[in-house]
Amino acid sequence: MSKMNPNLDSDTRFWPQGTVYGALLNFQQEWNLRAPQMNEAPHKGAPKAPVLFIKTANTFTASGDSIAIPSAVADVDIGANLAWVFGPDAKPVACVLVNDVSIPHESYYRPPVKFKCVDGFLGVGAKALAIAQVKTDAVVITVKVNGQVVQRVNYADTVRKSQTLLSDISEFMTFQEGDVLLLGSDCLPDGKRPRAKVGDVVEISAEGFDTLVNTFVGGAA
Amino acid sequence: MKHARIAWAGAIHEAVESDGELLLTRSPWAGKRLKFDEVVWLPPLAPVPQARTILALGLNYADHAKELAFKAPEEPLVFVKGEASLIGHKAITRRPQGVTYMHYECELAVVIGRKAKNVKKENAYDYVGGYTVANDYAIRDYLENWYRPNFRVKNRDTCTPIGPWLVDAKDIHDKYGSPMNLSLQTTVNGQVTQSGHTRDMIFDVPTLIEYFSAFMTLQPGDLILTGTPDGVVNCNVGDVIVTRIEGVGELINTLGE
Repeated sequence: MSKMNPNLDSDTRFWPQGTVYGALLNFQQEWNLRAPQMNEAPHKGAPKAPVLFIKTANTFTASGDSIAIPSAVADVDIGANLAWVFGPDAKPVACVLVNDVSIPHESYYRPPVKFKCVDGFLGVGAKALAIAQVKTDAVVITVKVNGQVVQRVNYADTVRKSQTLLSDISEFMTFQEGDVLLLGSDCLPDGKRPRAKVGDVVEISAEGFDTLVNTFVGGAA
Repeated sequence: MKHARIAWAGAIHEAVESDGELLLTRSPWAGKRLKFDEVVWLPPLAPVPQARTILALGLNYADHAKELAFKAPEEPLVFVKGEASLIGHKAITRRPQGVTYMHYECELAVVIGRKAKNVKKENAYDYVGGYTVANDYAIRDYLENWYRPNFRVKNRDTCTPIGPWLVDAKDIHDKYGSPMNLSLQTTVNGQVTQSGHTRDMIFDVPTLIEYFSAFMTLQPGDLILTGTPDGVVNCNVGDVIVTRIEGVGELINTLGE
């Protein structure tokens, strides 16, 4: 099995080969909004290590394909992320845009598997860019729903800049070739994330990257 | 049949258990017999084309939930692990310097055998390929109440030994009726510290498969680690921890610096 990645060859569509990790609470705005409650139950303290989650392989959806919203929910969170793709030696070699789709959930106390690991819930950009072409901590992502800009995400506003995030995670785990790390998604000023409902077309773009486009459809159990 | 994946003579091989030995099953060594201590044991899982999903249960035995001062959950408390945390039988797990409470967790691991989506409990065993033993170590010093149990506790390099065998589901079902009828035991340096029984799971294997497959498609080779019973104790560098499950196997691990 080849883990040759990150499909930098311009004719090859990017597709995650390893485990896809994501960082929660990595934008200053969301951190600040939640800070007053961080010392209260059930958290009893601000997070010390990076708070992580995994997007399992059943969530991967190619750009251009549709994402099904479970019938039990009205809409889903759009989690626009810049992600790093790892090469050998646990070093990032490429960047890609992804949409970490979630069923909206207020509580960050328990792992979010039933909110984040639903079939189809990770839109994956078609092309990865070599890391040398990207200033990770200066990337600005634009999120559009049905052509209207709903959010701009600026990686200058992160809590942990990318190298610090990597260093803090590497204290306890080693990224394998082909693994992916979502560097964080920001909220809106009200603490929520932009939402998508059935019929919406969501576009996630950043300078130099192919735009990630997914249409949200109904019908999932 | 009990399947193993081993490294020997400069390569990785598939093997099965045969009269207390390993019998290699594929060319160029098909028919070759090896003693258990002649090989390096790898996780008994065939490679998969994309990242393996590893679901793990917390608080899935009523007594363990009580031990940790939690009321039994009303729905499965599940977290996900990365494949890179897996290591094989007779391996070394690193205990970080300065921690005060690192404990094993003996768990029945379910290996999915075929693609599973919207599976009902009644048919759930049709989707199981086999069973193995996992030791899902935790370091309680690092627990934080954010997506708890957090990754620094549960997704550490070397902290999920698994094996030695992948036992065909049919063998367990034929001999024991189901995987819900197996005793579990852990010893530390030969002393029994944990004893339990899979019948005491809060959410049994069919319930878990129904629950997960309702929202996520499981692929062959995906894992469900079904939680651990009461009886976890701190272990130190040099301790030999043996987690065993009736009919499935005996997984040996040593803590190292």
